[in-house]
Parts: sequence; C-alpha cells; structure tokens
Amino acid sequence: MTMAQKTNRNRVRRLRSDFVFDCVMYALAVLLVIVALYPMYFIVIASISDPNLVARGDILLLPKGITLAGYRHLFSMSNLWTGYGNTILYTLVGTMIMLGVNIPVAYVLSRKDLVGRRLFTLFFIFPMFFGGGLIPTFIILNNWFHMLDTFWVMVLPFSVIAYYIIVARTFFNTSLPQELWDAAQIDGCGNLRYFFTIVLPLSKAIIAVIALWAAVGHWNSYFNAMIYLRSPERYPLQLVMRNILINNEMAAAAMTGSAAAEVNRQANLIKYGAIVVSSLPIMTMYPFVQKYFNQGVMIGALKG
Amino acid sequence: MALMKRQSRNLTWIRIKRNWGLYLLMVPAIIIFICFTYLPMYGVIIAFKNFKPAQGIWGSSWAGLKYFERYFSSYMFSNTIRNTLVISIYTIAVTFPLPIFLALMCNQMYARRFKKFFQVSTYLPHFISTVVMCGMIILFLSPSSGVIPKLCSMVGIRTGDLMGNANAFSSIYVWTEAWQHVGWDSIMYIAALSAVDPQLYEAAVVDGANKWQKMRYIDIPMLIPTAVTLFILRSGSVMSVGFEKVYLLQNDLNIASSEIISTYVYKMGLQSNQYSYSAAIGLFNNVVNFVLLLTVNQIARRMGDTSLF
Repeated sequence: MTMAQKTNRNRVRRLRSDFVFDCVMYALAVLLVIVALYPMYFIVIASISDPNLVARGDILLLPKGITLAGYRHLFSMSNLWTGYGNTILYTLVGTMIMLGVNIPVAYVLSRKDLVGRRLFTLFFIFPMFFGGGLIPTFIILNNWFHMLDTFWVMVLPFSVIAYYIIVARTFFNTSLPQELWDAAQIDGCGNLRYFFTIVLPLSKAIIAVIALWAAVGHWNSYFNAMIYLRSPERYPLQLVMRNILINNEMAAAAMTGSAAAEVNRQANLIKYGAIVVSSLPIMTMYPFVQKYFNQGVMIGALKG
Repeated sequence: MALMKRQSRNLTWIRIKRNWGLYLLMVPAIIIFICFTYLPMYGVIIAFKNFKPAQGIWGSSWAGLKYFERYFSSYMFSNTIRNTLVISIYTIAVTFPLPIFLALMCNQMYARRFKKFFQVSTYLPHFISTVVMCGMIILFLSPSSGVIPKLCSMVGIRTGDLMGNANAFSSIYVWTEAWQHVGWDSIMYIAALSAVDPQLYEAAVVDGANKWQKMRYIDIPMLIPTAVTLFILRSGSVMSVGFEKVYLLQNDLNIASSEIISTYVYKMGLQSNQYSYSAAIGLFNNVVNFVLLLTVNQIARRMGDTSLF
C-alpha cells in the first residue's frame, strides 16, 4: 500500500466518523429545541382550547375547540391590570435608578488613578459574599426607614447590584483608552463633564445590557413585593400572578354554579391565559435584543 | 524621611482633591448601600439579642447564643440542612455539567441559521419569571389535568400526584431548573470556545483528528479554566438554595423534603415574628456560605492558578 492510499483511507474513515458525529449531534439538538420550546407552545394552545379537552389530554399538538373565554375573563380582572400598570411603573423607575447608581460607580472604579480604589471596590463587592440576611434587612427597612408598603421600597433599597458594577467596570476597563482621559484633561475637561459628555455616549452598549438585565429583573421579581408590600393596589404583576397560579385564587372565586372539577378546569384555562399575558412582553422582545444580553454575559466573563 | 512621608501624603491629598468629581459620582450608590445593605449587617446583632421592636436593635437585651443553641437542638436543624444540601448538591450535579455539554454541541454546529435558532430557543426559558415557572410546573404535573401525567400514562407509567410526593420534590426542582437555565448558562462557555485560535483546529485536521477528537483535545481543555471559576462560585453557595422557587412549590404534602433553611427563616421571622431566632439561623447560614467560599477558593488556588481572589 502506498503512502497516498493510506492517508486517503484514513481520510475516508475520518469523514465517515464525522458524519455519524454530525447526525447524532443534530438529532440531539433538534430534540433539545423541542424540549425547550414545547412547554411554552403548550401553554399557548392550552390557553385557547376547550379546557375539557385539555384535561382529557387531547390537546397536544394543535388547539381544539377554540375558545377565548379565558382571555375574556382575564380582561375583566381589574387586579391583573393594576398589577400590570404597577409593574410597568416599577420597571421603568427601578431601571432608571439602577442605571443611575451602578454605571457611575462602575466607571469610577475603572479609573486607575482613583485614591482608595481597592477600598471602594471591596465596599461594593463584599456584600456579594456576606449580608445581614432577610430579617435584619426587613427590620431596618421597616423600623428605621418606615418604607414598608411604599412605592420606594420597590425601586430604591436593592438598586445597587455588585454584579452589574463588575460587568460595567470590565467594559470600561477594556473599551476606554487611558489616552482619551489624558487628552480631555489637557483640554481642561473635568471628571464630571468627561463622564457625562464623553464616557456615557461611548458606552451605549453596556448601558443597554444593564438596562435590559435590570428591566427583566424588575419585571420578573415577586420576592420583595411579597415581603415589603401590604396593600393589593400596589401589587406588581408577579404577585397577582402568584395569587392566580399558586394560591389558586381563581378556582374559589371563578364561575359559579358548576361542580368543583368544572370550576377547576375553567380556572386552569384562565391560568394558561394569564401565563401568556404576563410573559408576552419579554418573550416577544427577547429575540430582538438577545445580542445585548449575550454581549453582557461575555463582558462579564472577562476577568476585570 | 518624615518630610518625604509628608510630601507623599500631600500628593495623595492633591490626587483626591483633583478627582473630587469621581467621589461625587459614587455618593448615591454609597448612601444606598450603607442604608440598605451595611446597616442590616449591623442589624444582624439581633441574632444575639432578645429583639423586641419597641426596644429597638440596640435597646433589646442580650441573649448570647441562646437562639443558635435553640436552632442546633431543634428537630428542624437536621431537617432543613439535609433538604438544603440535597437540593443544592443535586442542582450542581445536574446544572453544572449540562451547560458545558450544550456549549460543546453548539460549537460543532456549522449550519449558522440552525445554530442561531438553537441558541435563541434554549435561552428563551431563562426569561420566564419564577412565579410563572412554578405555575407551569404545578399545571403540568397536576394529576387530574396535567399534561405530564397524561403523557406518562400513554407509555404506561403511573405517576400519581407528583407535587404531593415528598420524594419527587428535589427532582422536580432540579430538572425544571435545568430546563430553564442550562441554555443561558452555556453562553459563558460558548464565549470561551469562540476564543479558540482556528489554527489549532487546522493543525488538528492536518494531524488527522476527527470532530470527536477535536472536541476532546481542544475544546474541553479550553473550557477548564472557565469551569473551575464557575465551580468555585457555585460551591460557595452550596448552603443557599434560592428561596423563591422552593417557597412557591412547597405544599403541606411535600414539606418534609421542601423545607429549606431560607424558607424556614422566612416563616419563623416574618410569619411567626420570631425575629431573633430567625436572624440567628440566617446568620449561621451566611457564615457557613462565606467559609465555604473561602475554603474552596483556597483549594482551587493550591491546585491550579485559577481562583477568584
């Protein structure tokens, strides 16, 4: 056998093993996509199908016995829409505050000529690893600041987030050359003017990343609301959702005059619809802004 | 010598004064952090006191280690710790390797559009809120109308009431967690893989490596530093399982395996108003976490050059 023949045979063997590898991998990938998407797809078709068919397990691929009763009921639930409004408000204000406090700190900590840089960094990073815990935080907020059941408790106390600071600082470290500050300084530009007129316009990418993270975080959170809010008219969407989905508030109050099982099915229809209504904004927005999210994670992956 | 020292101190002072704007920029964050993060750290002393709201944090009488002893000797101690550890270690065992696996797969895909689609669809569940996620779990697992018991019965498996089964709780928690976050967690590894020098692959092809071998000898070694860093971070929080999801999935039937430290702290503190007792449990938990993080970090530093600090 000549040398050429031998390499040729090796190449054929390699191509064959690569083909098998590809087949297995793509099959697995398709399976994973189905596993990831099907539950969400099911929620959507179940929300417009006849609840009796859903309960019997007849609805698996396509909606049947199409009904909009669930959505009709949802639109008449005023607490859901109050929650929606509250969440939009908390998300807008909360995101603005988060940007306003975290981005400047991140920039300042990226400055090598800052006296006390290590100390300030420690000040902001330490709470990532150690904290007072739920009860002391609750007592301080309640007894000292009297913030229980106010608008501000939802947007202010937990707005400094060490992780955002680290990610943004890494961005500033790698994307703002020292020469830029040197040049600005020679031209007589002070720190504040430099930050607001030069740094911020150059950092739209990281601002978008942090803004999106913060917005999703606010939209999806229920914990702080559950701990610190008392009056239902301040409840954010997720807390209303908890009452509908977990505490089963619907099944007790929903359509009257039918057997328990029937009430339960109608309540499920409303639950499926509520899931769609509450998750729609983020799910539809996500594919368009996903590149910012990924960018953020990747910036965070670089070591500051 | 003294002169030099004074001069350098002066210099520092000048540098501080010149950069006053920078300090100003940090003021809002510092105030918020002191008020709402560092003051609660001071508030943690209520764990050593008989805290009564009327007497305030400082005014309440000292209790010493009474509340710690009470927790250590209560039957909930071993219960909560066992449940926390089971859920946490199970979660790490499943959700730590899977993203690596997914990233390796993603890196092998050459059909660009499919790759994009694959990424978007595996990331998507990450954006479902905890409340909605738990609502979905409960709906899907419902014995009377859920889709999963229906699918299982089609292939002849009787599941029964999964949410009411204490033995199933940790599996439900962990695998839904995997469903939701594995795709998203793989981004970090995909980023690390995209930094691989293409020449390495070319060289491997010249040497006759097939795809499997390229993955085994190039991709996997490339991921190890990222994996170690993430592993340190994860194992530092082995004693802290997220409150939010466990609390929502809890019910009277599965409480035996779903009562973890953080849910117990919440119930003791804010539902039964035993502030000091609950703060003591929380503090104990935090200290254990902190010590764990430092230990793992030390070990990692000894073994290789990867460490957090």
